[in-house]
Amino acid sequence: MNKVLEPARPPSQAHCAAHPLVGMRGVGKSYGPVRALEAVDFDLASNEIVGLVGHNGAGKSTLMNILAGVVQRTDGDFMLEGTPVARWSAAEAHRHGIRCVFQELSLCANLSPAENTRIVHRGLRGLGWKKRAGALITAALDRIFPGHGIDPHLVVSNLSIAERQMVEIARAYTSTNEPIRCVILDEPTSALGHTATEQLLAHIRRAASDGIASILITHRLNEILAVCNRAVVMVDGGIVAVRSTKGLSRSELVELTGHVEAPRDRQKKDRSTPGRPIVDHRTELAQDKVVLAAPGEIVGFAGLDGHGQRERLRDIYKTMKGGQTPVAYVAGDRGTEGVFGLWSIADNLTIRSLKTLRRGGLISDEASRTLASTWAKKLQVKAPSIDTPILSLSGGNQQKVLFARALASDAAVVFLDDPMRGVDVGTKQEVYRLIRSEAEKGRCFVWYTTELEELTNCDRIYVFREGRAVVELADEAIETGRILEASFGGGNG
Amino acid sequence: MADTAVSRPSAGSFVVPFRRWTGVGLPTLALLVMLAIIFWIRPAAMSYFGFTLLFKLAIPLVFAALAQMLVVMLGDIDLANGAFVGLITCVSAVYLADQPLVAIAIYLLLIASYAGVGLLIHTRQLPSIVVTLGLSFIWLGLAVMVLPAPGGQAPAWLSAFVGWRPPLLPLPLWLAAAAALAAHLVVSRSSIGAVLRGAGANPRAVERSGWSVLAIRVCVYAASGFLAILAGLLLTGLTTSGDANIAPAYTLLGVGAVILGGGAFTGGIVSPVGTVIGAMTLALAGSLLSFLQVPSTWQIGSQGFILFLVLAGRVLLGEKPS
Repeated sequence: MNKVLEPARPPSQAHCAAHPLVGMRGVGKSYGPVRALEAVDFDLASNEIVGLVGHNGAGKSTLMNILAGVVQRTDGDFMLEGTPVARWSAAEAHRHGIRCVFQELSLCANLSPAENTRIVHRGLRGLGWKKRAGALITAALDRIFPGHGIDPHLVVSNLSIAERQMVEIARAYTSTNEPIRCVILDEPTSALGHTATEQLLAHIRRAASDGIASILITHRLNEILAVCNRAVVMVDGGIVAVRSTKGLSRSELVELTGHVEAPRDRQKKDRSTPGRPIVDHRTELAQDKVVLAAPGEIVGFAGLDGHGQRERLRDIYKTMKGGQTPVAYVAGDRGTEGVFGLWSIADNLTIRSLKTLRRGGLISDEASRTLASTWAKKLQVKAPSIDTPILSLSGGNQQKVLFARALASDAAVVFLDDPMRGVDVGTKQEVYRLIRSEAEKGRCFVWYTTELEELTNCDRIYVFREGRAVVELADEAIETGRILEASFGGGNG
Repeated sequence: MADTAVSRPSAGSFVVPFRRWTGVGLPTLALLVMLAIIFWIRPAAMSYFGFTLLFKLAIPLVFAALAQMLVVMLGDIDLANGAFVGLITCVSAVYLADQPLVAIAIYLLLIASYAGVGLLIHTRQLPSIVVTLGLSFIWLGLAVMVLPAPGGQAPAWLSAFVGWRPPLLPLPLWLAAAAALAAHLVVSRSSIGAVLRGAGANPRAVERSGWSVLAIRVCVYAASGFLAILAGLLLTGLTTSGDANIAPAYTLLGVGAVILGGGAFTGGIVSPVGTVIGAMTLALAGSLLSFLQVPSTWQIGSQGFILFLVLAGRVLLGEKPS
């Protein structure tokens, strides 16, 4: 597999300058032993629009954060108009005209758009700065989103999400005494309506002809094909393809992003038809599929991150909690909703089973210790004893304890909320095996995951798009290509 | 406050000025109601001299509350504020009259240590509530070492200053107005104020725009220390002596004043004018209870009840949690 292709020159404007605006050679990023970005080469000409494509965790945001100075590269060379750059920070990036619209909104909600504009422009100060800042942001908004109706002096928390996104995009295109050379837009259209999206795309094109380059990261591939000169495809922390968008089709692009072929180690299950479903959840939304799950079944929720999978999972859990079927929930966000940081492994493991451990109204110490040590052994939690504080364990082992908490309980349905995030491969394989064997014993799993390969463990999956379960795939039909095709869907959102 | 009274067509046209009004309007209303009750009971209090007496002890609290406000603006809290003011009264009563240079050196050292606290909290990601709680005992211990029993002597010029009778308005009102105006200009109106409030609400966004939140925190903590020193100096002038245990109530009264004045613990949302008025309201609540002849055993509890009433009023008036 050839990892890095020579970047193709943009169609027609290749000869614009001797040096590209941005040139990266072998730039990589490691967090300790974890490699977030392989050595990549990336070029950007000064009037070019580049689309960056890839699934979650492919390294797009890491690459862009390095360019914006928010994250420091651990190796490789970075050149700005042919001059090597050693020290690079957010302030330096600003000074050289590189702006970034981050994926998660980064406006201060307690300030007005004018005040938020001031934060990025050190030049806006002295008497009357507020008026000048207000005029600056309003002018940018008028240019990009005519008819926006946003008051620059109204506090941002009073604006809708779409309006905030507009303000943030417009802010990136304002300039005072510092130039604008390049604007990075990370999922800018996810919160915008149709009209605003069209306005933005038109503006990106106009800006490029004025010499402001743009890098567009989006899951809506049509937008990439509509405005970009080049599409750069990333998979697993590396750039796998750089293509001119001229003549490139949507399906070719999808194919490029999903070329990881996960080895399918699934044994054919010769189950007779699944029994009566114990999960049966429907919503009021049109075109939203009914989620069904029977005992012994592993049902997956797939799709791009943030398309309503987690919300649906919680919704189902909430409606079933307190019902006749016992349920358990394994949180993916260990820190905030999983572990009790000050407690031991045993206490963390048994908290879901306190009811069954009661002897005469009090919790039996003996019963709970037996339960905890049985399950800690079963999941091979690597710890000196079950009295070890949970926070002294590695992330993977903490996650095992959370699994054990759910599996040790009487739950018939276990909800998994993307629990394998940031867990090492060995642990993953152990847990997959355990999930399959528990399913064979008749437990039902509803599993939301952002990792495509994991879905091959499922019997049936629902692919989510824009808050709805739109496609259902079963058994052999569960494969990376079809999942990606279903998650990108048709149309422009 | 009418800096942005532009006519706006959007849906928030009524809600927004109203919510802005509750920030300053509610403590003002509470203050006026209390004054009205006091003047109704004792009409003689409505005079230059009466105002001086009523608000004399509110002034150190105003500065202590502003010091607290700066810390709350960053999303932190300073539980050592009252003990620190006590320490300042001890240092001032012992050194300021005879060895002013020593006193000034100690003040500078204390401001530096406040900055150091900001540094510590930021770099080690410690909760400010824990750090400052521990610190309050350190300040108290230092104060007792400097001045084991209440006493000492305030310098004559300091006592003379707090006893000064300026034209038109009594001194406490002038000082409160000056403090409110200065803090309003710096925090709410200036261009750097926008960055400071932004750093309290969304430090990541401010950091990504190329600012150092560490530097911001260190500077804001130092400024907070400076204001607390002013509070201690004024209190020394008023009481003409030092006492390590004189101001423990300032900590929570200061927090109360910030919240009463429209601030929020989430960081980034503070109103200097509201804080000053809030501090005066809380200080006056004590006097009001004396005028109403509430027995002294009930006064602390009643003061808390008044605070509760006013804060509950803020919630009832449609303050949305953000």
